[in-house]
Amino acid sequence: MKIAVCVSNVPDTATKIKIAQDRKSIDSTGVSFIINPYDEFAIEEALKTKEKFGGDSITYSLTVGDDSSKETIRKVLALGVDEAILIKPDKPLDSLGIAKALSEEIKSLGCEIVFFGKQSVDYDSGIVGQLTAELLGYNCITVVVDLKIENDKVIAEREIEGGREIVESKLPIVITAQKGLNEPRYASLKGIMAAKKKNIIEKQFQSENLLEILEMNLPPAKQPGRIIGSDVSAVPELVRLLREEAKVI
Amino acid sequence: MANKILAVLEQREGQLKKVSFEVISLAKKLSTQLSYQVEAIIIGNEISNLSELKNYFSSKVTHFKNQDLNYYSSSAYSKILSDYINENDFSLVIFPNTAMGIDLAPRVAVRTKSAVATDCIKVIYDNEQLIFTKPVYAGKALINFKLNSERKIITIRPNIFKPEKIENENLNLETKEISDLDLTTKVTGYKKSEGKLDVAEADIIVSGGRGMKGPENFHLIEELAEVLGAAVGASRAVVDAGWRPHREQVGQTGKTVSPTLYIACGISGAIQHLAGMSSSKYIVAINKDKDAPIFNIADYGITADALEILPVLIEEIKKIKS
Ligand SMILES: Cc1cc2nc3c(=O)[nH]c(=O)nc-3n(C[C@H](O)[C@H](O)[C@H](O)COP(=O)(O)OP(=O)(O)OC[C@H]3O[C@@H](n4cnc5c(N)ncnc54)[C@H](O)[C@@H]3O)c2cc1C
Ligand SMILES: Nc1ncnc2c1ncn2[C@@H]1O[C@H](COP(=O)(O)O)[C@@H](O)[C@H]1O
Repeated sequence: MKIAVCVSNVPDTATKIKIAQDRKSIDSTGVSFIINPYDEFAIEEALKTKEKFGGDSITYSLTVGDDSSKETIRKVLALGVDEAILIKPDKPLDSLGIAKALSEEIKSLGCEIVFFGKQSVDYDSGIVGQLTAELLGYNCITVVVDLKIENDKVIAEREIEGGREIVESKLPIVITAQKGLNEPRYASLKGIMAAKKKNIIEKQFQSENLLEILEMNLPPAKQPGRIIGSDVSAVPELVRLLREEAKVI
Repeated sequence: MANKILAVLEQREGQLKKVSFEVISLAKKLSTQLSYQVEAIIIGNEISNLSELKNYFSSKVTHFKNQDLNYYSSSAYSKILSDYINENDFSLVIFPNTAMGIDLAPRVAVRTKSAVATDCIKVIYDNEQLIFTKPVYAGKALINFKLNSERKIITIRPNIFKPEKIENENLNLETKEISDLDLTTKVTGYKKSEGKLDVAEADIIVSGGRGMKGPENFHLIEELAEVLGAAVGASRAVVDAGWRPHREQVGQTGKTVSPTLYIACGISGAIQHLAGMSSSKYIVAINKDKDAPIFNIADYGITADALEILPVLIEEIKKIKS
């Protein structure tokens, strides 16, 4: 079985965002980048799926980005992914552009099971998996917290508001991973050493963007409010303010 | 491309969801501004409260109906929607930014050759073009953007666009029984969570963090949520500790929420937590440490032991509710 996992390289979640001079992107000086947190679950599931299918199964990781993604890709390799591919577009791409790049590569590799994170924590779109699935004509189940693949049958649980749906589908399939799907492993020392020697395959890609960013802003700063008190005697006043001033209860 | 807007409504278990009224109200508002036509579509089997729509909408609503649509099916829904959009040539399609909307919008976008963007919190029509706003980096920044394609598809965040009531007598409803569904991917069962309300849909959220000291004290959070009709939220620290389920986690790797009122109890206000809830309309913080960062964004704060404050707060609210 050929299995792919798509990994996005994102700013550490502890990053304080500063807007770059173009006013359309973030200033990434001093920002450290990490594997997108949800993609960690996708990587783990790809590795587990390979172990389950066994034989000559193989895992590929795919990243659309520039050379600065390589450090993150090394971490993916260290976890045990067999081959890493870095697709370098001629300019930063929107979600559809990324999905086009990924789908072309997945098609030429012939992967029938493709894992994504449910969302990348930079643009927070949550759509690249579904777009890629559609471009490939694959089935797709999103926000998955439990997964079973038997032959070509897929049974998954996906998280929705207030519950979980049990979903049935078939291969070929795209799965987007939610926290809870598994417990991601740590890289072993052996894995880290092996990853250093591995080759990252580089590809070029060109596409046009449909989404045009006009401006990036910081949200309006929230004014600190007031401290009402430091013991239970403050409670009636809090309730009064919520009722009469904020009018929310 | 026809000058038409389509509002995609959502039902679950045969009940129209509140966010549907928000989608429909935005669609209507934009249709007035752009002088476009507007209509709505809903997919499902029996839907018990469809008539409520007439208080918000007088234009056409099409209900695609089949007994196999008691549950959601991404493949069936995608096909029905894409066919309808292509046949009627809508130029703007609005979904709710829900599990269903996020699942469907990108698929429909590919099938209808549209540009797509999720989680919009503002849409304005300025200088003959639509400008959208969405939060990025979990709300640490916002982008304003255009979609440079003839057809545009967006999802809108719940609780942001206010539903607007109208005077209207009748619902302009057309029910279409459909056959030959594409059920390659279909839901075969549904497990309801124990919690009553989901944080992503709640108007009020009562959240607890490590300052609650242990899972055994979360009954206080639950009781306060109960008397307020609120959802229970949690910080990642308590989710990781196994005190609370992940579905309750608020923040950058949990849920991003914008309720009217957010009450944070024993939560320090780490940047990842703030990212997920700082757009709440009113924030209350109860924390022992007066220097906790949560106070920088709280409207009202009490610097005290949450375990002492909560029982009193529950009693006070019970008093005004009775
Ligand atoms: C990749 C990544 C993603 C993350 N994503 C998220 C996320 O989505 N959501 C999230 O919440 N966090 C997230 N975090 C974790 C975040 O950095 C914090 O560790 C976490 O939010 C802290 O939770 P807390 O406020 O409950 O605990 P703490 O930071 O330990 O704070 C406890 C607070 O309780 C107060 N306190 C103690 N006792 C009492 C008492 N008796 N009464 C009142 N107050 C009391 C203390 O003064 C303190 O301020 C993420 C971290 C990483 C690295
Ligand atoms: N540049 C990228 N390269 C590879 N995979 C990506 C990229 N961007 C997003 N993805 C994948 O798509 C998922 C959803 O991303 P998004 O739609 O941007 O929220 C992520 O969790 C990744 O698995």
